This record gives sequence, structure tokens and C-alpha cells, in this order.
Amino acid sequence: MQDDDVKKPVEVSAGVSRRDFLKISGASAAAVPLIGTKVVEAAGTPVKVYGPGKTPVTLTINGKKNSLQLEPRVTLLDALRDHLTITGAKRVCDRAECGACTVLVDGKTVYACSILAIEAQDKAITTVESFTQGDKLLPIQQAFVDNDGSQCGFCTPGFVVATKALLDNHPNPTPEQIRRGLSGNLCRCGTYHGIRHAVAQAAQKGA
Amino acid sequence: MPDYSWPNAENRSLIGKRISRLDSPDKVSGRAKYSYDYHPPGNPILYGKVLRSPYAKAKIVSVDTSAAEKMSGVVAVEVIQKIGGTVQWAGDEIVAVAAIDEGTAEDAIRAITVKYEPLPFVVSDAEPPTGAAEAPGPMMEDDAWDAIDNQMPDGQFIAYLKEHGISFHPNDDLLKQFKGDGASDAILDAIHTAEYHEPTVSGPRSPYQKAAATTQGDPDKAFGEADVVSEGLYGSNVITHCCLESHGSTAEWPDKDHLFVHISTQNVSGVPSQMAEPLGVPAANVRVHQDHMGGGFGSKFSADRWDITAAKLSRKARGKPVRLMLERDAELQVAGARPSAYARVKLGAKRDGTITAWQSQSWGTGGPGGGGSPPLPYVFAVPNQRKEHTSIRNNIGPARAWRAPNHPQAAVITMGAMDDLAAKLNLDPMDLWLKNIALTGARRQTYEEEFAVAADLIGWKQKWRPRGQNVSRNIARGLGLSLHTWGGRGHASQCDLSIHPDGSVDIKMGTQDIGTGTRTTIVIVTADTLGLPIEAINLYIGDTLYPPSGASGGSTTPGGVSSSTRRAAVDAREELFTKVAPALNTTPDQLECKNETVRVKGDAGRSLSWKQACSKIGAVPITVHGKNPDKDRSPDLTNSGVGGVQMADVEVDLETGIVKVKKMVAVQDCGLIIDLKTAEGSCYGALIMGISYALFEEKVMDKSTGLMLNPNMQFYRLAGYNDIPELVVHMMTGKGYDERGVIGLGEPPVISPGAAISNAVANAIGVRVPFIPLTPDRVLTALGQKAGA
Repeated sequence: MQDDDVKKPVEVSAGVSRRDFLKISGASAAAVPLIGTKVVEAAGTPVKVYGPGKTPVTLTINGKKNSLQLEPRVTLLDALRDHLTITGAKRVCDRAECGACTVLVDGKTVYACSILAIEAQDKAITTVESFTQGDKLLPIQQAFVDNDGSQCGFCTPGFVVATKALLDNHPNPTPEQIRRGLSGNLCRCGTYHGIRHAVAQAAQKGA
Repeated sequence: MPDYSWPNAENRSLIGKRISRLDSPDKVSGRAKYSYDYHPPGNPILYGKVLRSPYAKAKIVSVDTSAAEKMSGVVAVEVIQKIGGTVQWAGDEIVAVAAIDEGTAEDAIRAITVKYEPLPFVVSDAEPPTGAAEAPGPMMEDDAWDAIDNQMPDGQFIAYLKEHGISFHPNDDLLKQFKGDGASDAILDAIHTAEYHEPTVSGPRSPYQKAAATTQGDPDKAFGEADVVSEGLYGSNVITHCCLESHGSTAEWPDKDHLFVHISTQNVSGVPSQMAEPLGVPAANVRVHQDHMGGGFGSKFSADRWDITAAKLSRKARGKPVRLMLERDAELQVAGARPSAYARVKLGAKRDGTITAWQSQSWGTGGPGGGGSPPLPYVFAVPNQRKEHTSIRNNIGPARAWRAPNHPQAAVITMGAMDDLAAKLNLDPMDLWLKNIALTGARRQTYEEEFAVAADLIGWKQKWRPRGQNVSRNIARGLGLSLHTWGGRGHASQCDLSIHPDGSVDIKMGTQDIGTGTRTTIVIVTADTLGLPIEAINLYIGDTLYPPSGASGGSTTPGGVSSSTRRAAVDAREELFTKVAPALNTTPDQLECKNETVRVKGDAGRSLSWKQACSKIGAVPITVHGKNPDKDRSPDLTNSGVGGVQMADVEVDLETGIVKVKKMVAVQDCGLIIDLKTAEGSCYGALIMGISYALFEEKVMDKSTGLMLNPNMQFYRLAGYNDIPELVVHMMTGKGYDERGVIGLGEPPVISPGAAISNAVANAIGVRVPFIPLTPDRVLTALGQKAGA
């Protein structure tokens, strides 16, 4: 029904924001010739068409299914933070530069600011909140605490998720694997020293 | 009177130990709620967005918001600028909207039409042409408006008025308008009482403003008699704060007279009075709450124009919460920058390295306000000096305090000039620094002790080579050093501490933990004083419901909060002793708190468990008020003035110009340390932030458009995990340090990295790279000039 509202292609104004770009590239490119349908052929492949109004979206987050009504332009990060108040992932650069919004999608680290919520359907989304059962921290979280791996803490959830993925994939990481695994996250207060020691501690004790 | 002084080493149960930050478990688990995370359950928030000026300087001719106001989902629109007014930097706020979701708010912003009349602008901070600077004259009305709009610090504003007077006639109406624009009462008072002078400037103002030149001793004679004169160019460009949690707030009106603000701030207790005047409500009706904040570094002391705007939008939206957090580009464009500072320096010395004369012509910008003058020469009080400074008023956006305002810039200039002098004299720089150490004044002994420790930790004597003599193939290696100082006396702070009859303890304070470990500091002091474990203390901070405590800036928080806490905890303990003494058949003065008991001093046999002791309190808890400063409760528990020495070991690739820091050492004192782990963490963090600004950070302004070219985190580069080498931190503790009292640590260790790394690079490649950051292009340019010389 929402799709029926589509009357014309999205106008591209002089100032295309990244959000517009996601909106355009994620949804409307294939929708132009086939208004009112849910699935279209694009380059020989069936493609689902959403929006531009609100559309039903189902996200499986930390093992729980969540049904939402979202515009197709809503990112996974904004869906988590603003629609589900799951706020561990932070919005900082909002364009895949800093890693503060890192989550796991099907076990892989992903910048939640840079995929659309509609693209994250039918996938297992894991956020930092799932690591803690009650007050019990994972060894990697405890290692961040023990080694002073956070100051203001705004980058910390992203780093914790990135480190968890690193150690899940490489239980005994080489220095090169650590460099690669943590090169996608930035900290402003300067906690890399503590994080380095936290990774070393967790690599010994398990993540 | 009870003894409030800090316990000596053998009586400290927690103070000075290595204790993990108390809020770390919340931060690593994503539970910690920041202002940006605030989302009241069941109450959908509105999203604020701001239309910003695309011009560095422009007159606002007209604003048409009618199309935006008609859009479905747009709830409120607020025009921020005066029609006919002038914006002074690109990105300045013009109009804000609140809408039901972010996309709608963005759509609404694009539907607003603003007509601008672009005006000539300046974004350069290049060296002023000779004779360009105008002597400061009386402040004109336009200058006053600019200074208020650009948030010139009160102290600077008032000092200027006192020195130069005004050239306009401020009537009550004008003063009221100034007040409405954000001028403090102190500024209004200074304007009101300023002396009137005829205007000295006619026509357009020069961007260059000369500060008064100062001369001390007899520099001409000293330079004439010097064995060696070394000259050089040094400096650091404008950088930003780049807080990961951007500036902003969520504002809501629970009723029409009361405002509730979740704001990202370094100054919880100060925000209500900042918001009250522009919103026309009593400060008492403004409540501020903040659990955690994602970085400020000096840029978050005030409620900003966008925070006031969020509150106005909320009021228009019948009190619904409006979130207005800055986008990343705005955060880098308008929410804070560290002024640049450059200088041509001439140093005169004797053959043995004794420095006799200093001369500097310095300049720099902090945007429309001009920017501060770095304290030159830094730390070393050279006996004969001549200094002049020109501040450049331009359109790059306002400056804000950045950790240790003006000190890192002054260190780069001074320590660079001294390092070049050492090279000219063929001296090991450490010998030159120590030769002149008497010029550092009160902290001389601290520096001498720190030099010994730092040199040992980095292997200075074994590794140091004269300039350019440690090159292997295309890799040059070098060592550099610097030292620094800072004040750090504790700020005003108040708290309420209660011991309840069931044994629980709580402490309430309107301070904030900006990532510096303030929570941990307060709890350690309370627990240590009461002989309890840290888990026994319930701490409440970050709310204006609690007693006011100062802004977290200038390294004043540890001294402030630990002093008010200590006094409250001692008073509460005394009151508890009075209640407990009869049960132990003794007098209150014979009691002590140890290991979760209240006992007769030195007699573990005559004791009550903490819980038993508290059961003697009666029905009503003991509640005491602690404050700092407090002349009635001596001694002073805080102090001022610390010293630190840093050394850097770097590698420079002579083909690519890429600098890599291989190792850094920081040796630092900060009086009595409350939590050694957090103190060390502050130093590690400062070294890392220092490596970042020494190698990467620059706010790049485009001279043709007046826009910032890198308002994002891809091209405004911060140091990453892989840029950080081995770091070694050593805190000076024990005799000579502990008894000075608690002194803050936020600023000092971030001062020296730029200077130490710059000196290490000069040592490696044999030539000075004048300005930080030491980017590959600058390194290659310096190498090219050396080769061509």
C-alpha cells in the first residue's frame, strides 16, 4: 500500500545528502518503471521495492524478532537507536569512518550507519547489549575494564564488538591480525594503549 | 576541629592505589546512557535540524520558512539569525526546525529559502604583512556585538574594555539587547563602566590586531653579547575538538514554566543560568541531567545557541522533547577549534648553552575573536625578552578552550627554538634544558627528577645522536624532548553526604564525569575516609538536583571534588563517632574507621561492625554538606602547579616523508594521586591525543570559498590504533609530591607531545619542520629546502 503512494521518481536536488543517496540507491532506482509492484526485475534479478513511505521491516536483533514500520531511508543504526532504543551502538561520523556504530551482521562486523534497515532483514544482528548477561561481563569486556580501555566511553561499544569479532575469528591473533581487526575504529580520548593490553589479556583468557 | 588533611601513606586504604574506573562496566556493555541516547520511554521525541550558512561571511537579506512550515510532520520552526544581521563563519546557524523524524526535518530544511548577500571574508592565518597590524583601539559597538556573538571569554572581554575603553554610548536599552544576546552581567558591568574614547579607526577594519609589545630586561644588549644566536620559525595550525559525542541536547518542557534538558556538557551546574536569560525563565526552573558524556576537551562549557534553540522549538511544540545534536560536519565546523600560533623566534645564548635573550614575533587565529596569545617563552623565564603578538580575526568559526589552552602551541614554539639552539651549539638538548633549568622557577626540582626518570625510560644517553646522524637506508631515527607546566587548583564544589541507619552511604554532587574518572575519584575519597570498600558508596552526580560543583575544565575537577568530598566524609565520620562512642565506652576522639568497622584507635578488640555502628545513628540519617574551598575547614586540600617531562623516539621515511612515533615516555607529577590507574590512563590518553595533533590534525580552510574542506572523520584524521607505539608513563609520587594535595591532570600531559615529536623529527632528519602536524608534505618540503640550501 505504501508502494502505491509512489507517484514519481525521487527528485534529486542540488544538494544530495548521503541519506538521500542511500534512499535513492537503496530503493528507487529500480522502482521507476514498475510503480506499484513489490518485486521488480533489475538486470535479470528480482529485486524487492520499498517505500518511499513507511514499510514493514522485521529485524532479528540479539535473537529477538522486532517488527517495525520504517521509511526505507532509515539506516540500521537509526532503527536500533531511535526506533528500538538500543543505544549501545553510537552515531558519530554517520558515514563509515569511525566504527562507533559497529555491530555484527551474520557474525561479521558492520558499520550500522552504512546499511539500511531494510537490507538487514533476514539477517542475525548482534549488538553489544547481547554480550552481557545480568552483570556478568564477557572476558573481553572485563579486559577493557581491567586495562582502562575506555575514558569517555563513546567509542567503547564499537571497539568491544570489533574486538569480540577479532578474537572469535582469531583466538590467538597475530599483531597483524590485531592491527587489521581494530583499524576500523577511532577513539578521541586516546584509549588505544588500554585496548591493546585488553586484547592481549582477552587473547590469553578467551573472548 | 577534626583533621581534614589527607591521610599519610600508611593510613590510606584506597587513595593512590590502582583502581578500575567505576563506570567502565556500564561503558563496555553499552548500558551507559549518554545525552545523545536519551529517548524518554513512551514519549516520541522530535528531531531538530539546523540550516547553516553556506558563506563564510554574509548579510542575511531574507528568510522564507513558509514552505517548511506547511510540510506534514514539521512541528516547529525557529529563525535564529536577525534579518539584516551578518554571519561570520560558514556553518553558522540560520534556522532550525523540529519534525516527527529526521528525514522530515532534513526535507524541511531544504524547503527553506534564505537570501544572502555574500561579503568579503578572510580564512587565512598566514603571517601578517609587515606593518599590517592595527594598534588596538577603543571597542566600537559592532566589535561588542561581534565579541558577544563569538563568545569571547569574559576575562579577555573585560580586560580589553578596561585597557582600551569604548567608543559608543551604551544606554540601558542597548545593554538589555547585549544581555539578550548572551552577555554576562560581568561584561555588561564592564561595558557600563568603561571609559569613553573617540573612535580611532574609520573604514573597514583590518583583520590584524596587534597585542601590546612587551620588553623585559635589555634584549638588545643581551643579543649583542650572545656567543650564539639561533633563529627559526615554529607553529601549529588550527585543529578541532572532534568530540565523538557531538554537541547538543534534548530539551523538553514538562509544564510551561519548567525546562528539562539532557545536554552533553562539561558544566552541569552552570547550564541553568546560561539558559535562563535567553528563555525568560528563572534558572531555578531549569533542570539539567547528564549521566555520561562523549568527550568535551574544553569545548562544552556552555549551553550553545543550538541548545537554546532546541528549548525554543520544544516550547513551540507544546513541550515535547526536541533532540538537537550536531551533525558531524557541523561538529567540526562550528563546535570548537584550537587557535593556531606561529612565531619567528630568535634565541641568544652563551657558548655553554646558558640562554640569555628571547625575541619573538608571533601570530595566530582563533576565528572572529582573534585568539589567545601563547605564553612565550614557555616555562623558561629568559631574563631578556622582546615579544610582539598579532592576532588575526577571521571567518573560520569560533575557537574554544582546547585542553591546556595556548600551552601546546607555546611548547611547540619555545621547545623547538631551544632544540634548534642546542643543535647550533652541538649540545645534547637534555644538557641544554638542564643547563637552563633554574629559569623554570618553582618546579625546578621536579623537572630535574623527571628528566632523570624519563631519560632512563627511553634510553636517552645510549640512543641520542646529533642531528641527522642516525640514518639507515631511507629511515632516519631521532629523539626529542619537551617539558610543560599547568596550574590545576581545585574548583568550587559542594556535595551532600549521608550515612543511613542501615549502614548505606550516599553522596550527591552536581558534578559530571567527562571520561576523566571523576566518579571514581569521589567514591575512593569517601570510602577511604569511612574505612569502607568502594562498593559500599552510592554516588549520584550529573544533575542540578544535587549541590552545585564547578565546570570540568582546566584540570580543576579532581582537586575540587576530592576536597569537598573529603570534608563531608570527615564531618560525617565525626558525627558517627559521637553517636557510637557511648556504646564503646569511649569518647568520639578515640575512634577510627578501619576495615568496615568503627573501633577504638589501635584496639581491634573494641569495635563495632560498620552496620552495628550505623544502627546507633537513630531514625534520621547523618547528612552533612561539604564544600571547596572552605576556610573554616583547613587545610587547603588542593594545590596548583605541576611539571612534566616527555620524550619521543621517532622514525622518518626520507622518501615518503611519513613520520612514525616508535616510543614515547611521559613523566608527570600531579600532587597526591587518588587513583593511580586513572592518572596513568590520563597520561596515556594525552600522549595518544598528542601524537594525533602532532602528526595528523588540521582544520583545512578553503581560501576561495571560505569553507572547511575536511569536516568529516575521513579527512580530518585522528590517530588510529595502528599509529600508537609503545608508551611508557611514570607518575611522580611519594615524598615531595603527595603532601602538596590533589592537583588535576587533564591538561598537563597533552601539552608536550607536539613539541617532543617535532624535536625528535628535527633530530632524525637534520632540519626543522616548522609547523605541526608533521605531515609528509611538510617533511618533504623541509628536506627539500635542506637539500637546496
